[in-house]
Amino acid sequence: MRKKTALAVAAVALLYVVLFVMRQTGVIGIYWGQIMDLALITTISAVGLSLIYGFAGQFSLGHAGFYGIGAYVAAFVTRSLGGTEFNFLLALAAGAAAAGLIALLIGMPILRLRSDYLGIATLGFGIIVKVLLENADKLSPVLGGAQGMSGIPRLTTFSWVFWLAVLTILLARNLITSSHGRACVSVREDEVAADIMGVDTTRFKTLAFVLGCAMAGLAGGLYAHLYSFLHPNNFDFLKSFDVLLVVVLGGLGSLTGTVVTAIGWVFLLEVLRSVLGQQFLDWRGVVYAVILIVLMIARPQGLMGGKEFSLDRLLGRRAEKGGAQHGAAGMP
Amino acid sequence: MKRMLAGLLAVSVFALTACGGAAPTGGSGSDTIKIGWIGPLSGEAKTYGVSAKMGVDLALEEAGSMVGGKKIVLVVGDDRGDSTEAVNIATRMLTQDGVSAILGSVTSDPTIAISGLADSYKVPMITGTATATKVTLNEDGSRKPFVFRACFIDPFQGTAAARFAVGELGVKRAAVLYDKGNAYTIGLAESFRETFEAGGGEIVAWQSYSGDDTDFSAIMTNVAALKPDVLYLPDYYGRVSLIAKAAKDKGLDVPMIGGDGWDSPDLDFATLAGGYFTAHYSEQDTREAVQNFAQQFQAKYGEKPDSFAALGYDAMSLLLDAIERAGSTDGEAIRAALQSTQDFPAVGGSISFDENGNPIKFAVLLQVQADGTYKYITNVN
Amino acid sequence: MDQFLAQVLNGLQLGFVYALIAVGYTMIYGILKLINFAHGDVFMVGAFLAYFGFTAWHLPWPVAILVAMAVCSLLGVGIERLAYRPLRVKGAPKIAALITAIGVSFFIEYFSSLDFVFGPDYRLVPRVLPDQRWQLGGIVVTNVQVLVLATVLVLVALLQYIVYRTKVGKAMRAVAQDADAARLMGIDVDRVIAFTFALGSALAAAAGALFAMAYPQVHPFMGIMPGLKAFTAAVLGGIGSIPGALLGSLIMGQVEVLTAAYVTTDFRDAIAFSILILVLLFRPSGLLGKTEPEKV
Repeated sequence: MRKKTALAVAAVALLYVVLFVMRQTGVIGIYWGQIMDLALITTISAVGLSLIYGFAGQFSLGHAGFYGIGAYVAAFVTRSLGGTEFNFLLALAAGAAAAGLIALLIGMPILRLRSDYLGIATLGFGIIVKVLLENADKLSPVLGGAQGMSGIPRLTTFSWVFWLAVLTILLARNLITSSHGRACVSVREDEVAADIMGVDTTRFKTLAFVLGCAMAGLAGGLYAHLYSFLHPNNFDFLKSFDVLLVVVLGGLGSLTGTVVTAIGWVFLLEVLRSVLGQQFLDWRGVVYAVILIVLMIARPQGLMGGKEFSLDRLLGRRAEKGGAQHGAAGMP
Repeated sequence: MKRMLAGLLAVSVFALTACGGAAPTGGSGSDTIKIGWIGPLSGEAKTYGVSAKMGVDLALEEAGSMVGGKKIVLVVGDDRGDSTEAVNIATRMLTQDGVSAILGSVTSDPTIAISGLADSYKVPMITGTATATKVTLNEDGSRKPFVFRACFIDPFQGTAAARFAVGELGVKRAAVLYDKGNAYTIGLAESFRETFEAGGGEIVAWQSYSGDDTDFSAIMTNVAALKPDVLYLPDYYGRVSLIAKAAKDKGLDVPMIGGDGWDSPDLDFATLAGGYFTAHYSEQDTREAVQNFAQQFQAKYGEKPDSFAALGYDAMSLLLDAIERAGSTDGEAIRAALQSTQDFPAVGGSISFDENGNPIKFAVLLQVQADGTYKYITNVN
Repeated sequence: MDQFLAQVLNGLQLGFVYALIAVGYTMIYGILKLINFAHGDVFMVGAFLAYFGFTAWHLPWPVAILVAMAVCSLLGVGIERLAYRPLRVKGAPKIAALITAIGVSFFIEYFSSLDFVFGPDYRLVPRVLPDQRWQLGGIVVTNVQVLVLATVLVLVALLQYIVYRTKVGKAMRAVAQDADAARLMGIDVDRVIAFTFALGSALAAAAGALFAMAYPQVHPFMGIMPGLKAFTAAVLGGIGSIPGALLGSLIMGQVEVLTAAYVTTDFRDAIAFSILILVLLFRPSGLLGKTEPEKV
């Protein structure tokens, strides 16, 4: 193993141990621990959208729909089969798979559309999902329908979320830096040019879309087992915009940006809530909106400007060999 | 990989500072007791929550904000009538604020959503006005031991309304409209149907709609064509006003009946004048408890109380009484004291809790007047 | 049969209201290739202004509606100037404009729900017209229904006149066809765009006022669904085409009401958006639109 990789692995493991101990001993209380879990769940979902939009340039406004599908499918599994650890794993896998499968079915026809129409189509899809969830109790009463689904076993723990988040980030990272990934980026930059150069645009768009939505499904399953209560109102297009804001704010094409922004965003909201109290909920929407507008006008490239955080750059060293890792998209 | 690690490190620093700086504020201290209040102070159930809080505040004031020698700290949360929001607020109150008891919520769906938490965290919860049966009972019919309520339950209301329709109004054909996303309206609708049919009536229209609907013209055209003699509309004041207007627009000029959700100053009195509804409280009730309460309320706020205020007052009074008797802030002790409440003289009647955490009470039947008041018709048992 | 006709009338009323909103969407898209997400919220502001006109300001109702239209046309121009024009000047990609539009929409909704603005509550709109119903054969027609139909017809006729028989209308059509060529011909493109926004917003406001009279409840988030449905209608009819928007709206209104009446109310919204997706997939140019090849 190269030294850098070993260093990275050690650092991640150390981080896990430190946080775990802090939570066990109560230095980080139950409430903030739950917020941390939510932050990591949001990260998983945001990485998914980052893959779809940030890297493959597909403007999807229906992300919350896949989040919801994952949540309800996973919850259904544990409610039906019982709340054991194994069933939890099964549930999460089922949720992610369901989301991914539906993404594949929808994606095949829809991804042909160009960006603004794709946005509207996915927005419409998200609304359809919400309506279906509201009527889900016709399918099975345990799903709750428009009154919400309660009594989901609280199986999500810090360990689960942390390592699944790391896994997701790794998966995304590997996809992006692979030749598949560089093809995705070329699709984003100029789809027509990529098409002419022989990049199989459809295949890569679909791959990014399916994986990204599966990640949303995974996040949804984790969410369901954290709060133990699901309501279709949580999975409306306002939720999709929430994730979109994180991805755009973090900078399209920057995984670091997405991760940092996702975690920071959830904590920021909680801090604001503690400070502003009741007012917070009223002003939150306004603040979101202003940030989005100002961002688009002033700095559309987001916080990270499309660049990844690099340890080399931090330490002042320059990138020598292995330039393909940091460099621009090469020819596939 | 290394970029990720650096990013994660940066983020964890952020997280740690945030957590460090926001350690839980701790639960009830030795000389204070924290009580949480959750209800809709905005949204479509707003008037209920605002009224209920006024009642709660009055009870607090009368108790001098003290109970069992400790100072009461009221932690307030606005759930906007939304279940998820209620769950978030309740979770925060239970984990971060460390409340010893929760008063809430005011409407059924959020209350059902948070009732599981009460049992989970072993903190007693009492709602003044959430009437759905699922508030105190699980899906399998077993009781949620830490949950209580100060009001009657939906089956009781629906039954009372149906008996009134058959017995007093003498109608035989009813149209029932309910919100399929609202446990409260469903409960009322179902018990109405059961009793109405048992009394020889026929439900000519059984129509559900969604909580987001504003356009009832299509539904009403269909319902009007079925020629019902009476409309049962057991929803909140805002929705009922819309439906009633749509009904009138389609030429349906029949009596309308509803539940305690109609009890609000924001009801469309003009359209609903002549309609009846089951309620918890009438100012025309001559009992001493009622008159005293009404007077004190008027003195403090300069306006008359409604059902929600009366029940908010009752819920807080019942809770304080239980805490006194328990002699401690321990959840189980308060719960036991609540369960053993006997004949407590509340505004809503003499309260004892049955094995389902429900009090045995009567309802009043009121009629909407065009001038914005209610006329008391009768008591229903 | 009577019942069916009554339902058709219900659908007509809804469709006509959507039409006023859809026309605005289509005009703005035609000129800027921008989906003005905030349009549904202009509708909401119009409804609220009409509400205040009927209640707090004690205006006679036609005046209230005109005031709403005037204020909202200014609002529309303001939005364009503050949020969209900077992006146009920069030559930013279409997505940036769309995201900004979403941001503006959010902003209007949440800002309006603050206590010192409209507040988050649902408000009941009082009756401004005395209740009047007529029996037409087997169906009941109210004066509000007649008012809605008549007003929309008048406004649409007015719109047709402006777009096809005035100079500024000609300029609008020119800019929609080819903005650069129009500029070369001496047309002040910015001015024309502002005018389009003003016109579209005024119509949306009228829609809001009529909606508030027909379905008498207003609240800050009331514009989301009608906005999306009106947009669907515009796409259905052929985005960029005014007659298309009208046709699309009539169809959407009927589909929505007839589904609610004869199938189920549960899937009302889902059906509307399924139509949208199907149209986008199979005939993206809509019923009356022309297919546009993607320019490289």
